Amino acid sequence: MPSIYVDHAATTPMSPAALSAMSDQLQQLGNPSSLHTHGRATRKTLEDAREVIAKTIDCLASEVIFTASGTEANNIALKGLFWNGKKNGKNIVVISSIEHHAILDPAQWLHTHEGAEVIEVPVTSDGVIDLDFLRRLVSDRGSEISVISIMHSNNETGVLQPIQEIVAIAGDIPVHTDAVQSFTKTPLSYKKSGVTALTLSAHKIGGPLGIGALILRRAFEIPALLHGGGQEREIRSGTLNAPSIVAFATAVSDSYDAQKISQLRDGFISGVKRLIPDAYINGEKSDRLPGIVNVTFPGTQSDTLLLLLDSAHVSASTGSACSAGVHEASHVLLSMGHTDETAQSSLRFSFGSTSTQADVDFVLSVLPDVIGKGRAANK
Amino acid sequence: MKLIAAMSGGVDSAVAAARAVEAGHDVIGVHLALAANPQKYRSGARGCCTIEDSHDARRAADVIGIPFYIWDMAEEFHDGVVEDFLAEYAAGRTPNPCLRCNEKIKFAAVLDRARAMGFDGVVTGHYARTEIGVNGKTLHRAVDHSKDQSYVLSVLTIEQIAGAIFPLGDTTKVDIRIEAEKRGLAVAQKPDSHDICFVPSGDNAGWLRDRLGSEVGPIVDQDGTKIGEHKGAYTYTIGQRKGLGLTVPTADGSPRFVLKIEPVTNTVVVGAREELAISIMRGERPVWCGPSVTDQIQQGFVQIRAHGAALPCTYYFDGTLLVATLEEPLLGLATGQAMVIYDGDRVVGSATICETE
Repeated sequence: MPSIYVDHAATTPMSPAALSAMSDQLQQLGNPSSLHTHGRATRKTLEDAREVIAKTIDCLASEVIFTASGTEANNIALKGLFWNGKKNGKNIVVISSIEHHAILDPAQWLHTHEGAEVIEVPVTSDGVIDLDFLRRLVSDRGSEISVISIMHSNNETGVLQPIQEIVAIAGDIPVHTDAVQSFTKTPLSYKKSGVTALTLSAHKIGGPLGIGALILRRAFEIPALLHGGGQEREIRSGTLNAPSIVAFATAVSDSYDAQKISQLRDGFISGVKRLIPDAYINGEKSDRLPGIVNVTFPGTQSDTLLLLLDSAHVSASTGSACSAGVHEASHVLLSMGHTDETAQSSLRFSFGSTSTQADVDFVLSVLPDVIGKGRAANK
Repeated sequence: MKLIAAMSGGVDSAVAAARAVEAGHDVIGVHLALAANPQKYRSGARGCCTIEDSHDARRAADVIGIPFYIWDMAEEFHDGVVEDFLAEYAAGRTPNPCLRCNEKIKFAAVLDRARAMGFDGVVTGHYARTEIGVNGKTLHRAVDHSKDQSYVLSVLTIEQIAGAIFPLGDTTKVDIRIEAEKRGLAVAQKPDSHDICFVPSGDNAGWLRDRLGSEVGPIVDQDGTKIGEHKGAYTYTIGQRKGLGLTVPTADGSPRFVLKIEPVTNTVVVGAREELAISIMRGERPVWCGPSVTDQIQQGFVQIRAHGAALPCTYYFDGTLLVATLEEPLLGLATGQAMVIYDGDRVVGSATICETE
């Protein structure tokens, strides 16, 4: 029985090289913070890995702060940059309306617990943030803004955001970007982007779960969330997870064939349009990541479609958050002008390094029946 | 068959799903999210709307080895069950929301959706049985009469019964818990849900007061003489004796009982116990769970509460109303309750009581 995985944006298989590197490192004894031979050996391997990641993202090795997840890196960046600004009376946090919950929720927390004023930059119907809105905001209230956090690419639609323009508009205001989906999949340079902070995660690129990184400008100080041994620049405490870090660096070096994946995606899109003529692709006109497709199937409900696809051995997703397992209408699609109803009729299909033409063909082969039943169930 | 198992997170629906799998069916577990904002209901083991319950259901499905999904039925539940409950109370009647949920959610919204998706029916952990005989598939009491839930299923049409699977009807609750334990289901000793799942506090009167207000009104005797005041007529039940707060005694010192609730004038009528006696009840909007009832008078039993006694009666259908005449008079019957007719242990049908005499 086939089992087709088209949810690579949620998590993607570990690459064989990363798996093997992790397994090897798990067998090495030594806390990288220890000063003896064992510790030094682990430290050496770990710092090699840090340099590999730094080189790929185009930053200094000392600018890489390892965390346990992308979510943690986002929390450190948003809260830390806010608290820095707040010391100088800057009480505004600027995010976009399409951020992942790992930014939306910390921002909401800052509002509730720290009295921050949170301003969301809206997006166009193509899913790109409204630069004019940001320009006006910075020109009117720039002196009050502590941080601007706008994702590098959106996890539901794959739409790339104009980070360099955002940084230019921001001027002296620190900018953070959540680049979890973009890393290794689209050209990305920390140095050239001009952002102050940037978030990465290993499991989206073929590395293991439970390891992420915050890239933060050298010598830039922000308050810590976790206090303890002070391992990562006193910003992030906790014994360094050498096996995961080594595997992360190995995955970074794996090749990602963006061209092949774009071709699979484009073939999938034309198949969807041929089979379900009233289906449409969200953010189709915008520059997007190679592997993510967000489709609206009018007259359906996404949770019904997911059940039917799952029964047909296809693992896809809505890409949006669950509340107690109940799919909410995607805030990303609502921001792009969807109604509750059309937002709830949308699915995300995401392709990765292990995806094949056979996967695309199989999904397309079951799609008409799934959509037909999904429509019948929605009457 | 391809079946959807409705899994509340309790022990009964978990064992029901497991039995359906064992019987060779292709089963998918579905938890119905019924509360509009489930996060508010972090109260644990009561009702069927908490997040913990959905986790329990998911874990049970994983242990059984079936796929599991959550269906958001909050809107349907609110419109079909909660609003109906409020409207009935506001109209001075006493509704049964579990019955409404079976009628409008579990064996309507869920069953319809399941059928449209290519499934053959819905499995639930209700204590009831079905039999297939000359009259097709019919609904019957569970062997465990103390747990029998056929009363709240009596609103199902033949078409709905055809798509309903009740794997627990032949077993006692005690044995279901033992079986759950043997199957490694963590919910084996989870307490039974009780009362009304959307009233998390269990304080029905308070819940109604918050939503319907607590307008003060008169408590009168049968002559219309005002003898007290109440705070919201709908919080009273026909036959209620305690909590009336009356200070004027009756002539002979006998207690007073609630006889009638008049929502339009916001009046509660009280009187002597014998005034509560009912011999005939009529019900509207009848549903037949098997062959239709005709104008021929039949012998049978009528039940008016979920776990009430089956009372010997004769019954017939006059073309509009289901009419039952009791052998022995009954005390304290409210309109809005369901009258369910049984032929032995077979559910004949039900109707909503609208008149009594």
